[in-house]
Amino acid sequence: MSIGHSFLGLLEGKPRHGYDLKRAYDERFSPGRPLHHGQVYATLSRLLKNGLVVVDGLEPGEGPERKRYAVTDAGITDVQAWLSQPEKPEPYLQSVLYTKVVLALMTGRPADEILDVQRTEHLRLMREVTRRKTGGDLAEQLICDHALFHLEADLRWLELTAARLNELAARVRP
Amino acid sequence: MTEALLVGTDLHKMYGTTPALRGSSLTVRAGEIVAVMGSSGSGKSTLLHCLAGIVRPDDGTVVYAGRLISSMTDVERSALRRRDFGFVFQFGQLVPELTCVENVALPLRLDGVRRKEAERRSREWLDRLEVGDVAGKLPGQISGGQGQRVAVARALVTEPKVVFADEPTGALDSLNGEKVMQLLGQAARDTGAAVVLVTHEPRVAAYADREVVVRDGASLDLERVA
Repeated sequence: MSIGHSFLGLLEGKPRHGYDLKRAYDERFSPGRPLHHGQVYATLSRLLKNGLVVVDGLEPGEGPERKRYAVTDAGITDVQAWLSQPEKPEPYLQSVLYTKVVLALMTGRPADEILDVQRTEHLRLMREVTRRKTGGDLAEQLICDHALFHLEADLRWLELTAARLNELAARVRP
Repeated sequence: MTEALLVGTDLHKMYGTTPALRGSSLTVRAGEIVAVMGSSGSGKSTLLHCLAGIVRPDDGTVVYAGRLISSMTDVERSALRRRDFGFVFQFGQLVPELTCVENVALPLRLDGVRRKEAERRSREWLDRLEVGDVAGKLPGQISGGQGQRVAVARALVTEPKVVFADEPTGALDSLNGEKVMQLLGQAARDTGAAVVLVTHEPRVAAYADREVVVRDGASLDLERVA
């Protein structure tokens, strides 16, 4: 996640203090995993240095957190470029799970148990995310959906692999 | 831990020469939602049918609230299914000639409840399932998602102790499927009904409290494996 670009986008709406930015970011984009204050100010320092934001106001007698930041034209251009660029799809080709399954088969351990334990853990997390989604607003629901679809994809892979274990064993066993 | 309400033990069932269940067991506690998962042909629907008293197992026992279902007469099993169990299936469950409110009222009417009272209670359930506006329509005049909510209302109108749901969202798109699951789950929790939910979709199973997998006719409680 690009925190800097997210900040620039949030600042396009209106100038904000660092604390406001952190709160808006945490609420909208990272519920349950709030940014550290250090991350917020390190990001703002970098944006300032690169001319993407400016200090728009300073409340007298206050610490650095009372600076109000505004996005510059360069900042708007930068966030526009980021939004326009597709994200690189994850290739998912280095899978720890696949490695575990193959190693289990190669060493004569029960690979099906590895898959079952993982399946249980995935479904446990899916239940947790589903509970959170059920009680959440639309933004929370969409974030949870993103997680659920990815977990479901993993589960489908686990099922498919379980169904093909014998075939895989024949190929990987020395 | 809540007491066991429905216990199927070492169930076997053959269809011709094909084994559908080979020693499958499942315990359902009062008020819990259990997802029964498995690939096509694994035996999960047969397990549901045996537990619900729709199919008589060749071997093994099904005990509901201390009573042995597998040795009941057909009349006794029918009465049990009507009074204590509710059913939601994937397709074709609403009577096309009856309006939605009449469909929901059907189990109450079969149990001797007067029409006015049965329809009053049915309307309440349709409202609860957020389809009160289709009460007077025929099943052919409403969408698949609405029809499935009507079916859930009909399954719950008698306030059963166990709801059996066999792929209840299988014919719906993601959004409608989720709405049906949310409403079914909430209604079951409100009334204290247990739900046996057969599904092959992990996102549907995630609405349950726990999962049991059926493989080659045998059931496996993965939480005990982990």
